[in-house]
Amino acid sequence: MSALLIALLSFGAGAMGALVFANRGRGATICGAGGVLIGCVCGIIPVLRVALGEPSQSIRMAWDVPYGSLFLELDPLSGFFLIPVFVLCALAAIYGADYLEAYRGRKTLAAPWFFFNLLVASMVVVILARNGVLFLMAWEVMALSSFFLVTFEDEKESTRQAGWVYLVASHIGTAFLLVLFILLGRASGSLDFDRFSASSGAGLLFVLALVGFGTKAAFIPLHVWLPEAHPAAPSHVSAVMSAVMIKTGIYGLIRVMMLLGAPQAWWGWVLCVIGLSSGVIGVLLALAQHDLKRLLAYHSVENIGIIALGLGVGTLGLYAGLPAVAAMGFAGALLHVLNHALFKGLLFLAAGNVVHSAHTREIDHLGGLLRRMPRTGAIFLIGAAAISGLPPLNGFISEFLIYLASFKGAVTLEGANSVPMLATIAGLALIGGLAAACFTKAFGIVFLGEPRTEHAEQAHEVGLAMVLPGAVLAGACILIGLLGASVVSSMPPLISEVTGLSATIVRASLSTAAHSIALVSIIGGALAGIVTLLAIGRAIALSNRSVSTNVTWDCGYAKPSRRMQYTASSFAQPLTDTFDLLLQTRRHVIAPQGFFPKEASLATETPDPCQEYIYRPLFGAIGRDLLLLRPLQQGQVQLYILYIAVTLLLLLLWQLA
Amino acid sequence: MVLAPLIQGVVNRTKAVAAGRVGQPLLQPYRDLIKLVQKGAVYSRTTTWVFRMGPVVGLAAMICAMALLPFGAFPALAPFAGDLVMVAYLLALARFFTVLAALDTGSSFEAMGASREVTFSALAEPALFLGLAALARQTGTLSLTSMLGSVSTAMWMRAAPALGLTIAALGVVFLAENARIPVDDPTTHLELTMIHEVMVLDHSGPDFAMIQYAAALKMWLLGAVIIAIAVPWHSGNPLLDGGSAIAGMFGLAVVIGIIESSMARLRLLRVTQLLIAAVVLSGLALALVQR
Repeated sequence: MSALLIALLSFGAGAMGALVFANRGRGATICGAGGVLIGCVCGIIPVLRVALGEPSQSIRMAWDVPYGSLFLELDPLSGFFLIPVFVLCALAAIYGADYLEAYRGRKTLAAPWFFFNLLVASMVVVILARNGVLFLMAWEVMALSSFFLVTFEDEKESTRQAGWVYLVASHIGTAFLLVLFILLGRASGSLDFDRFSASSGAGLLFVLALVGFGTKAAFIPLHVWLPEAHPAAPSHVSAVMSAVMIKTGIYGLIRVMMLLGAPQAWWGWVLCVIGLSSGVIGVLLALAQHDLKRLLAYHSVENIGIIALGLGVGTLGLYAGLPAVAAMGFAGALLHVLNHALFKGLLFLAAGNVVHSAHTREIDHLGGLLRRMPRTGAIFLIGAAAISGLPPLNGFISEFLIYLASFKGAVTLEGANSVPMLATIAGLALIGGLAAACFTKAFGIVFLGEPRTEHAEQAHEVGLAMVLPGAVLAGACILIGLLGASVVSSMPPLISEVTGLSATIVRASLSTAAHSIALVSIIGGALAGIVTLLAIGRAIALSNRSVSTNVTWDCGYAKPSRRMQYTASSFAQPLTDTFDLLLQTRRHVIAPQGFFPKEASLATETPDPCQEYIYRPLFGAIGRDLLLLRPLQQGQVQLYILYIAVTLLLLLLWQLA
Repeated sequence: MVLAPLIQGVVNRTKAVAAGRVGQPLLQPYRDLIKLVQKGAVYSRTTTWVFRMGPVVGLAAMICAMALLPFGAFPALAPFAGDLVMVAYLLALARFFTVLAALDTGSSFEAMGASREVTFSALAEPALFLGLAALARQTGTLSLTSMLGSVSTAMWMRAAPALGLTIAALGVVFLAENARIPVDDPTTHLELTMIHEVMVLDHSGPDFAMIQYAAALKMWLLGAVIIAIAVPWHSGNPLLDGGSAIAGMFGLAVVIGIIESSMARLRLLRVTQLLIAAVVLSGLALALVQR
């Protein structure tokens, strides 16, 4: 525990140092990045040990805030969620040190480093906190510090808008959490987590947690802030937000579900429905995007959906008394939390390299970058294959666990509860297919073919500090893919804590899964071997024959031009057309007219349907109704003092009566 | 694995007979493969190492998937609970790299094919998984070997409608995944109707041989699953069972030949509907066994 406190101190020192050395050349960067790095290195060791099953550690100090106490605890669940936090934040700090250099002179770098340290520290406290007041305060600091990071480029109108949406969404979520903790605390008279006991209104509490934490985790339809905020933020911040910050929502949900005791069947149903809609709609919206970072942001929604599916299947397994289904469902969901952190962090960092070097996020303006940025391209490809859930990488392992759990549930469960299992199987299959479509589009159009514009033509590889963090993450993706069985075998303490099942039962349930995953990894290794053999075989076969290069076969057409290449929009069009009911893509067409047409153009845009059809009308109506209160707002201090006096008087009268 | 290209030979011969031609020899696919392997190669200037990875990964994934497939009375090399998911995702891996190789050429034709491929496979995937789930539910197991091994005549007596629907759904998946009529036309590659053939337009020599062989393996793989359900007799004699399974595969090839001779390719929009119909069929099969 003391190592974690040192880590927190290091983040604090980093934040302060960044402010103090604001005007000394690279001072802010060195302090800011250094604070994060030292803190993460200090923190990772105890976290790994507890996540792997060492006894939990806790610290409790009095705090003179009403109902507050400085109660921190490191148990397997907290430890597991802290692993990606420390890994990602350290790598993002190394990356950010180089990435933000481009802004030096134009902007102060003290602020982003101050808030970055604050963000990391608040995430650590959120995950460790065992007191409602402490938790909510850290939660609020997390929201605010990330808000200031999102609005780093606040000279852009779109960035300010994104920050505003994010701020509003965060606070609506927090409002639900406030009610949740008050209700939890009212029954027990204390806001310490260990005093909470399963009360009668568990269903209501579950819904509050679902909405409150679901806003942070970005369940559909609570996700609208995410596709705005993630693209607007600097790339290393997008990586941290998407990879680990939104996972604090998942953490909170699991933590509260543990507090609520035995689950009910409808919780599982609700989680499966949310998972399916977030997964499918998330990936479809991603497919329709033209902005690389926005596309990645929607994929976060999709992956949160997959995690929710795992949680739903696990919850139903727990309800139905099927420990194997419960253990594999929760194990799949939790492992996907870690895996998504790794490959989404990687993809955002690689996308950051593209933006940094080509100065555009527009997919249709890029192309041919693999030749110009070979290292970035290679790590992006690994991330793309991993997020599409392809073997032998890590994404497949966690999706495989969820598949296995739902197949098991579908085979053994009787009656209506087998329906969500089957829906999960079909949903995961569809999501997998669509994600592969989306990432062949993203990688294929951005990195392959010929550059479509000058921007792409002049792109160049970035420095080592911006490639290395991604390469480390890519290595982790491969490693978990090949060592999946040992990862799953080390999960029983964690799963037993989350599900409340005994460690022996969990171990027995996960051992079949671990056996399957061991074979998955062996086949993955064999695959790599066969690929190498075939490639060598081909090289030998071709060594003494004619191998020539020529232009791409274009059906005899004499003047191929790079503008004739397929675009991302056309690539995705058959799928977006098929699902147009959900997407409502808008087309702006200028059709060619006359015998000698002068101009023709086609542009498509896919605004978020939830934003368009739910939030915009809703907030518009609220805004209009609030106009009625405007006469109260006169801007005269005397008047406000009058309001206060009248209110006080009324309260006094009410008290007397 | 040796017999796989022969299936294509049988399909081609059936089509030729149906059209009143003599047709190519049954072993022609083997001759094509041998000839291609002996040739040199031409690469496009636009392409990178991703293009060269495509055929290699595609073939390697198919070989690995074959290791999970039981045939006749012979179990798979490495059966495990959930291997059906692995097989489906190995096919997805092969597709992922084939599509990227197509996009690497920068050609609009190939990108168009790639776009259709990902569209149709994304829709075929739920049909495949639900079909397999129906089968898993009936047999109570999660590995292809035990699942396909426990389909028996008794099970057909008991649940013929569900098994029939499963076969129908898997049949559509088979046609879509193997780029056969009515989804795709394997005989041409320069019409705007093409999916698979157009994606591999720029591959030549040994690369193209790998692609052709991988396509043959894929056909064998999905076909063997259908045949294992459709031919449920187990005599206990491995030779006899293997023989009946191989006969079943040739029967399937003849059926495909007849379908290809008697139908036209569907409009692309209709293909989507066909695939969604397959999802519905496997959903119905599930509803029947779930009662």
